[in-house]
Amino acid sequence: MSTANILFIITAGIFPLAFIAYRLGTKKALSGNGGVSLHSRPGYYGWVAVVGLCFPAIAASLIASLLHLTGLYTVPLPMLITAGLILGAGGLWLALRAINPELRARNFVEAIIKWLLLIASTISIFTTIGIVASILFEALHFFNMVGFWDFITGTEWDPDTAFLAGAGRGAEGVAQAQFGSVPIFAGTFMITAIAMLVAAPVGLFSAIFMSEYASHRVRSWLKPMLEVLAGIPTVVYGFFAAITISPMIVNLAESMGLYAEATNALAPGIVMGVMIIPFISSLSDDVLNAVPQELRDGSLALGTTKAETIRNIVLPAALPGIVAATLLAVSRAVGETMIVVMAAGLRPNLTWNPLEGMTTVTVRIIDALTGDQAFDSPLTLSAFGLGLVLLVLTLILNIISISVIRRFRLKYE
Amino acid sequence: MNDILSNPAIRKRYATEKRFRAMCFGAVVFALLFLVFFFADLISKGWPALQQAEMQAEVSYSEAVRDGKYRLAVDKRLRKIVSRGWLRALPLYLEDHPELVGTTTTKWVVVIAEVDQYLKGHPNKLKPKYKKLVDELQADGKVQLAFNTYFFTRGDSKMPELAGIKSAVVGTIYVLLLTMLFSLPVGIMTAIYLEEFAPDNHFIRFIEVNINNLAAIPSILFGLLGLAIFINFFGVPRSSALVGGLTLSLMTLPVIIISARVALEAVPDSIREAALGVGASPWQAVWHHILPLAMPGILTGSIIGLARAMGETAPLIIVGMVAFIPDAPSSILEAATVLPAQIYTWTGEPLRAFAERTSAAILVLLAVLLSLNAVAIWLRQHFEHKW
Repeated sequence: MSTANILFIITAGIFPLAFIAYRLGTKKALSGNGGVSLHSRPGYYGWVAVVGLCFPAIAASLIASLLHLTGLYTVPLPMLITAGLILGAGGLWLALRAINPELRARNFVEAIIKWLLLIASTISIFTTIGIVASILFEALHFFNMVGFWDFITGTEWDPDTAFLAGAGRGAEGVAQAQFGSVPIFAGTFMITAIAMLVAAPVGLFSAIFMSEYASHRVRSWLKPMLEVLAGIPTVVYGFFAAITISPMIVNLAESMGLYAEATNALAPGIVMGVMIIPFISSLSDDVLNAVPQELRDGSLALGTTKAETIRNIVLPAALPGIVAATLLAVSRAVGETMIVVMAAGLRPNLTWNPLEGMTTVTVRIIDALTGDQAFDSPLTLSAFGLGLVLLVLTLILNIISISVIRRFRLKYE
Repeated sequence: MNDILSNPAIRKRYATEKRFRAMCFGAVVFALLFLVFFFADLISKGWPALQQAEMQAEVSYSEAVRDGKYRLAVDKRLRKIVSRGWLRALPLYLEDHPELVGTTTTKWVVVIAEVDQYLKGHPNKLKPKYKKLVDELQADGKVQLAFNTYFFTRGDSKMPELAGIKSAVVGTIYVLLLTMLFSLPVGIMTAIYLEEFAPDNHFIRFIEVNINNLAAIPSILFGLLGLAIFINFFGVPRSSALVGGLTLSLMTLPVIIISARVALEAVPDSIREAALGVGASPWQAVWHHILPLAMPGILTGSIIGLARAMGETAPLIIVGMVAFIPDAPSSILEAATVLPAQIYTWTGEPLRAFAERTSAAILVLLAVLLSLNAVAIWLRQHFEHKW
């Protein structure tokens, strides 16, 4: 009996019953002693009856599923349905008894609606708690097996023998599995740096072109065109990087007498850079537009050229916003997965040469979780250790950039 | 004017101005050229997959074929170039159609992918013997390239000539429907609460910061959430459309909330005040007046969010949706795959014929995504009120 089945029974059973309750509630309200006018419109009395029916039944099934999930007690399905029906009938009876023309049905129903809305908005909090808790919990498991310090400072990532420890054969003289994450982070930063080298200048200059040089009409079709780049699924970029760009780079390097691996860091870096161009260009464009026109006019009136105005007046004024946009783009690049999974290779490699293959945090997470090792082996759990670092990193980048943008907005608006 | 330009310092400054402008223009051109190159490359790679080689052959539905000796169905000369997967399906087909046993028909049958690649002039590993055979057959008009129906009507297969996107498309539809079912109501409810009802206190501000942060968390971390919470804790079946839909809806939620809030915010206060003024309750004002007016904006944002969810792969890999799925799933609890995950799996296949099908699948995905975005833009332009 899975949770999904419970949910299915609730929805399939409750909807017709709720309809009946609604009709009963409206009828009861309208058939009330003549002469007294209703406080609310009849529909609200119907909803009171629906609430009376559903609330106890849903509460009962929620408690049952909670008991089931925590493993305390599994309520048999027939019993749960009977209990739900009895409680629902009782609730409906109470609700119908309470319905009379003077009942403030509208106020009651709207209070319930407000509570439902509040509950809906807490789901985002639970999502955050869920992400943090699930990652933290499993990451702690991982750091119990592999020292946190070894993880942060180790330069060897060699987890292939981790399953032996998982199988209780850790002491058989085979080389110990090593979880030194330095090469992985080096790879991540290398590919992110390549991406930013492409995205930052192209994005910034495009933004300047759109906000300072382009006419309104050109801008109105240029911006959506650039945003197409951000709308292309990353798996498609990954395919493109692996099948088209990577061989091009290998051939190019060969013609220059260099050797490039088929899974070099350059291909995913460049493609990722193109992918994040719109992030930088759109955000910077907004920021540049927020710089007051008077600053430009003042500068131009002094006889500077447009380029001088942009470089000496507009860009310095917009700098915080541009920095924030770049930070957001960096956090995007660090967390990007599919492009690197498909084009960057799996080998942790500590090198400065972008023509060699290297791996990233996200690649190792995917690799660890799609392997065939048991869930509690250190290799699988290493995904959560890496995920934790990724989460902390992106959160810091986001918080900085959001606060920088907010301060920038306050300055000019 | 000429006086000014004859001044070398000013000429230099004007030249700098021109260079700067050219650089800005160049950046835009670079991005657009990349876009053109990208689409041209994908289309040229994926277009051929819309055609598939087939061969006219005599197929004998003998009893031996029904009893499992399916290789006997085709003449020995042609046996090696007929798709083995197609032959293997014959006994089952004959069991469903017993009246055909003992008859012989001439029909177009699927050939192996190598012949297909050879006919299209792509690199292939077809033996010279068979190349000659294919050339002869082609001269007789017995081999041709026809529209590739298998690509759209079949699920995944290890044999490229029989591999199609149907099961991935069905999986995508399931996952997207579930995503919509979970994230749309919750997202709109949250937006209504935050925009119309929420008091201004620390708790609400915390929710708002939280939503902004969620929008920027890498999608792969939502996959970790799905794995740890939905699969390991709630026991939702791994690889199922349900777990994929739940994971993606949590990921899409912030996008929908943020865009719905913007749409609600754009409805002028006068509407609200007028509704309240004639005696509507706050909820009636929202439900009867504000929400309908904000709906085009909310829908636009939701479509864009769902389009993003549709192209998402990383979290789905983590919850196991990259399985080999030959048959379309029939329930949300069965193992399923989605189009981007299918693209990912096919990219890992070494056969060249798969690369062609991958590009074709990408073209299908991009066509759907671009039309979704076009619909969103159209909605915004035609239904959004300008206040």
